[in-house]
Amino acid sequence: MYKSTIQHLGYDFKTLANLMAKATPPRSGDVLAGVAATNNLERVAAQWTLADVPLKQFLNEALVPYESDEITRLIIDDHDSLAFAPISHLTVGDFRNWLLSEQATTETLTAIAPGLTPEMVAAVSKLMRIQDLILVAKKCRVITQFRNTIGLKDRFSTRLQPNHPTDNPAGIAASLIDGLLYGCGDAVIGINPASDNLEATLRLLHLLNDVIERFQIPTQACVLAHVTTTLKAIEQGAPVDLMFQSIAGTQKANDSFGINLGLLAEAHQATLDLRRGTVGNNCMYFETGQGSALSANAHEGLDQQTCETRAYAVARKFKPLLVNTVVGFIGPEYLYDGKQIIRAGLEDHFCGKLLGLPMGCDICYTNHAEADQDDMDMLLSAFAMAGGTFIMGVPGADDIMLNYQSTSFHDALYIRQTLGLRPAPEFEQWLQHHGIFDAHNQLRQQTDIPPLFKASLQQLKNSQS
Amino acid sequence: MTYPKNPSVAYDPWQHLSQFTPARIALGRTGISLPTRANLDFQLAHAMARDAVHIPLDFTQLEQRLNKLGYATQVLQSQAENESVYLQRPDLGRLLNLNSLTELQAQPPLAVDAVIIVVDGLSSKAIEHHAVPFIELLLPALQAKAYQMPPLCLVKHGRVAIGDAIAEHFKARLCILLIGERPGLSSPDSMGIYFTYQAQSGVSTDADRNCISNIHNNGLSYEQALKKLLFLIDGAEQLQLSGVSLKDETTEAGLINQLEANFLLS
Repeated sequence: MYKSTIQHLGYDFKTLANLMAKATPPRSGDVLAGVAATNNLERVAAQWTLADVPLKQFLNEALVPYESDEITRLIIDDHDSLAFAPISHLTVGDFRNWLLSEQATTETLTAIAPGLTPEMVAAVSKLMRIQDLILVAKKCRVITQFRNTIGLKDRFSTRLQPNHPTDNPAGIAASLIDGLLYGCGDAVIGINPASDNLEATLRLLHLLNDVIERFQIPTQACVLAHVTTTLKAIEQGAPVDLMFQSIAGTQKANDSFGINLGLLAEAHQATLDLRRGTVGNNCMYFETGQGSALSANAHEGLDQQTCETRAYAVARKFKPLLVNTVVGFIGPEYLYDGKQIIRAGLEDHFCGKLLGLPMGCDICYTNHAEADQDDMDMLLSAFAMAGGTFIMGVPGADDIMLNYQSTSFHDALYIRQTLGLRPAPEFEQWLQHHGIFDAHNQLRQQTDIPPLFKASLQQLKNSQS
Repeated sequence: MTYPKNPSVAYDPWQHLSQFTPARIALGRTGISLPTRANLDFQLAHAMARDAVHIPLDFTQLEQRLNKLGYATQVLQSQAENESVYLQRPDLGRLLNLNSLTELQAQPPLAVDAVIIVVDGLSSKAIEHHAVPFIELLLPALQAKAYQMPPLCLVKHGRVAIGDAIAEHFKARLCILLIGERPGLSSPDSMGIYFTYQAQSGVSTDADRNCISNIHNNGLSYEQALKKLLFLIDGAEQLQLSGVSLKDETTEAGLINQLEANFLLS
């Protein structure tokens, strides 16, 4: 039982899970789940109470039972008490102070990461304002490698997302060229297949592999099919750079995704065995998003932000190249409007970075949410200020297959120019070498198609005229 | 998309690639930003998509069109009594309301083979445009298998899982649910199909379903969608399951022009 008295009113919070949920800044998904604070005062009372909870308590009181949830077991069994030692005496409120203080440097934050549990990190985020989330995340540095180096200081990467409603190779290639010519694609060239069809997956894997090889692009490819489909593709000899899977923060939610830790371990190993990385072997790509557990009716009484952070325990087990919180994709039932989407994106980035993950954000919204391009610009600007690792690059911000709006190639150029951010070094060199960017990383004026693609496109033009 | 020339705008010399995709490619730039015209285009599409979410499906007209083709129908509704509740309460959208339950219970459970359910979802336009022509292809294909089926169930304010309760009531082995997908900027009328083998209310999860999405004029054709669905049905009958363990392994040979497919790599 957690108790507090605020303004002469007594508040009781039965469990830590309950307290965490009530302390969460407002969002529609928690109201839907029936776990949110009933009014502002109760929320603040919960935050005051949470501030006094010792971090150690999170090791003693599991939010989802150890016996019934393999993610709880993963969190507890993999906890590094040595790394935790320097902060083990702190309460959640003191932890916030510590994180914002000069004591928390890039080095100390990296050192304590294995000693943090998702719940500790989620708890402290609930006491933070947006500027706190930005300031602390900015101090974290997470570097990962496959065919290039992601996450270096003052670098900002993009996933090129050339989706097409029928997986038409020509349609995909058209968006792909457009993106490359706008300087996108260093995080990954990643296609969401329109269906979980093995043959389509194989065809797309070969298409991306052929393009990367032909044009010698220092990046990696991914077809975002279910792990079981990609495993089948590997069996058939397909060129798989990154293994993709959507993951969630409870065992039950992952069941509904058709996955578990054993299956992910098998998928990770199968991808590692292909040894396709050149500068590193981070070969997993995970996507997450607040609300996914509730959507599967598998939130176990937790608030959606805590569920989300628990998914990062799953992610960090497999040393991913990229983790992407697809923040506004799920719809207004879970994140009602631009304000809720913006805060959720920055919380996810903060929590993921603190746990040592290469966090990107699909800064996005659907057409039934109360959000628009202005909201996306706010999140994009704040996310990049916070040192975000990567965003999506979708032609004109309009994903014609998934039917939602994400960030565009132009958006990536905007943020790079405004904050002086550069692509991954290997990719930057490729862009400059082929005259797409100039020596100062400015997009070159193109009066003609750059030589790299000229032959292919010229041939196409001729064959049609 | 071609725009009138403007001296501040850098036009991309690869605009002809637009023939291969409805994606917003080769938009050009002013500085590094979106040119005014492309920006306004986007705003227009967003306004249209936003409004499309709120257009209700005309169930009377849908029934009439289906009845005219000789198909029996019945209209059911979820516990979401209006659009606003529907948007905010996915849990209620998964449950049938009392009237609908009573109506179903008045019909004896038939132990049918398949039930076809049509749900408005987030795009009434998707159902208005694509449900009837697709059903015209689907029903004969299922009748050819000598499947027993109850009347088509048309559901107002429903989510995907509402099909489970309906399938369970009819003791239907196969649940085929057509639903309006959320409207995108470039495809405001996209229909999806969710297929569940032995659907059970409160038991079936997303892992038990197969989804065929993006059925619209720039997406999957009715024929392609039907081919996938029939493949899944045959697979499900054989394996006695659906979902992640049932893979769509249909092939698309011959559908793609070889030159187009390989222009980047030729």
